[in-house]
Amino acid sequence: MSRIKDTFNILKSSNKKAFIPYIMAGDPDLSSTYERMKILQECGADIIELGIPFSDPLADGPTIQMASERAMKKGVTLRKVLSFVKGYRHEFNIPIVIMSYYNPIFKLGDEQFIKLAADAGVDGFIIPDLTIEEASGFAKKSWEFDIDTIFLVAPTSTKDRIKMICDMSKGFVYYVSITGITGARLNLPDNFYHNMQTIREVTNLPVAVGFGISTPQEAQLVCKASDGVIVGSAIVKRFNDNPSTIKNYLLELSKAIKGE
Amino acid sequence: MKKNLPDKKGYFGSFGGRFVPETLMPALLELENAYKQAKRNEIFKRRLKELQATYIGRPTPLYFAKRLTQRLGGAKIYLKREDLAHTGAHKINNALGQALLAEIMKKERLIAETGAGQHGVATATGAAFTGLKCDIYMGSEDMKRQALNVFRMRLLGANVNEVNQGSKTLKDAINEALRDWTTNVKNTHYVMGTVFGPHPFPMIVRDFQSIIGKETKRQILKYEGRYPDILVACVGGGSNSIGLFYDFLDLGVEMIGVEAGGLGIEIGKHAARFASGSLGVFQGCKSYLLQDDDGNVLSTHSVSAGLDYASVGPEHSYLRDIKRVKYTYITDDLAMSAFELLTETEGIMPALESSHAVAEAIRIAPTLPKDKIIVVNLSGRGDKDVMHIANLKGVSI
Repeated sequence: MSRIKDTFNILKSSNKKAFIPYIMAGDPDLSSTYERMKILQECGADIIELGIPFSDPLADGPTIQMASERAMKKGVTLRKVLSFVKGYRHEFNIPIVIMSYYNPIFKLGDEQFIKLAADAGVDGFIIPDLTIEEASGFAKKSWEFDIDTIFLVAPTSTKDRIKMICDMSKGFVYYVSITGITGARLNLPDNFYHNMQTIREVTNLPVAVGFGISTPQEAQLVCKASDGVIVGSAIVKRFNDNPSTIKNYLLELSKAIKGE
Repeated sequence: MKKNLPDKKGYFGSFGGRFVPETLMPALLELENAYKQAKRNEIFKRRLKELQATYIGRPTPLYFAKRLTQRLGGAKIYLKREDLAHTGAHKINNALGQALLAEIMKKERLIAETGAGQHGVATATGAAFTGLKCDIYMGSEDMKRQALNVFRMRLLGANVNEVNQGSKTLKDAINEALRDWTTNVKNTHYVMGTVFGPHPFPMIVRDFQSIIGKETKRQILKYEGRYPDILVACVGGGSNSIGLFYDFLDLGVEMIGVEAGGLGIEIGKHAARFASGSLGVFQGCKSYLLQDDDGNVLSTHSVSAGLDYASVGPEHSYLRDIKRVKYTYITDDLAMSAFELLTETEGIMPALESSHAVAEAIRIAPTLPKDKIIVVNLSGRGDKDVMHIANLKGVSI
């Protein structure tokens, strides 16, 4: 049974939306990651998205690139993150999703990676550069181990592609709010509501929206049309630049998303 | 030898494919479609052919390097003079072709990455020719060693963006260009400069560059009445080499691709992907890659910015695996000596990239009988490297 599915079902029954924060694992080291995950859970996170450092994060803006560099400097790797998650999984009662570029996974081997992740208690995968054309073997293997595969729908995706992406997804569908990279300014394209509608027509899966969302107001706006909001760069940046304000900020985001 | 590759999913055997953010997928499908139509369109073909003749200056000569041949005392060496193409390298063959495709797709803007600056100059030229806006991404390290080309691009009206991330060279410039494309994909065409990246780029770039081999075939038949014995070309991403090799793949001609050996394979400062790389997925496709055990991409080194890249075109990986092409490497020192020898014996200054191919010919020619024929792709001219060479020699100009 998918823990991600349960999370969305419970939220839905009380008419609430999911708050899904992202942080980079190992930024600036793994013990900080543990502390930060504790704070996220305490401040209302429903699912935690954990990024894996990579030398060439081509879908990410400067904030996450720099976080990735900090983690790599400390020698944090995919394997180390998986064993870290395994060690502390029991302290977190919410789903944990791994977000990684494909090459670290490919180098480890799809099957080996999926087994290690399952063993660590990981609930889902997001792989931004694994297109649905290339993903079917990986997705099927993940499902065998009860891990959800979350694929991204972009504002440029055609209806045919939206359907194929939703069919390959489990847990939830990730809608990319803007044509751009992470951490860019949110400027909702005209087709936002139309695309959200198209996704609803082709799937019953929950839809979470991410990329460019940094303020409680923006979070509130996009969650009106979705089932959850992903906030990454803004959180990564605040943890790094202004850690004393992080709890307040997370609580505000959480309140805005849950309509409390 | 199968020539119907890549397959529908963009694979050459087990190499290639499409590994990009979803935002770019519709643009790749649009490009594939536009290219398929253009390839069959008589008007497009005629226009390209005419511009190849009147604008690029094709066919480029096939030149018998008599004095170099005599000096080495072995096989005959011919040079395919891509250095005489407009803008000084083979890059224009592809950049102009893609600029015309961008026009057909009604894009307003061209972007490109560049290492040595030749592809940047070629794309800026294509943009000036078509009247499109142009942004070029270049590593700050490369901007230093290729300052002349940076200025040329700016004269051509392009905006040159300095890339300070990572190793500050070609791979980081490609990351930034892909980020720009992801953001501006609706009105922008990304002119990939080599036979790399997601499908259909390796196919399109190869097709536009294959004119090099087509001409060579005709020219050598005219001069020698037979095909050459060995083709030699340098391999960064691999566009000039595939351009020369492609039309000879079905014939019994030996082919050698030359990678950058840098300061040496042993000390790890090189760009010889086939010598010490392994299979990886990087910047859009699956191919040989210089990476660590955790899948992070290693930094590379070469005296020539154009060969200084961690991966190699997927079709080359395929040709290597089926043993159709032999791949070897040449170190910085040998490439520099080849630059000097060709300049001195023939009065032709090769680009440092092309000097790697010349060096390989210099190495093998004396071991072969005098009736053997080697064709070297002289992919670009060396003017752009003169300042860099002066610096390396400690000469101030």
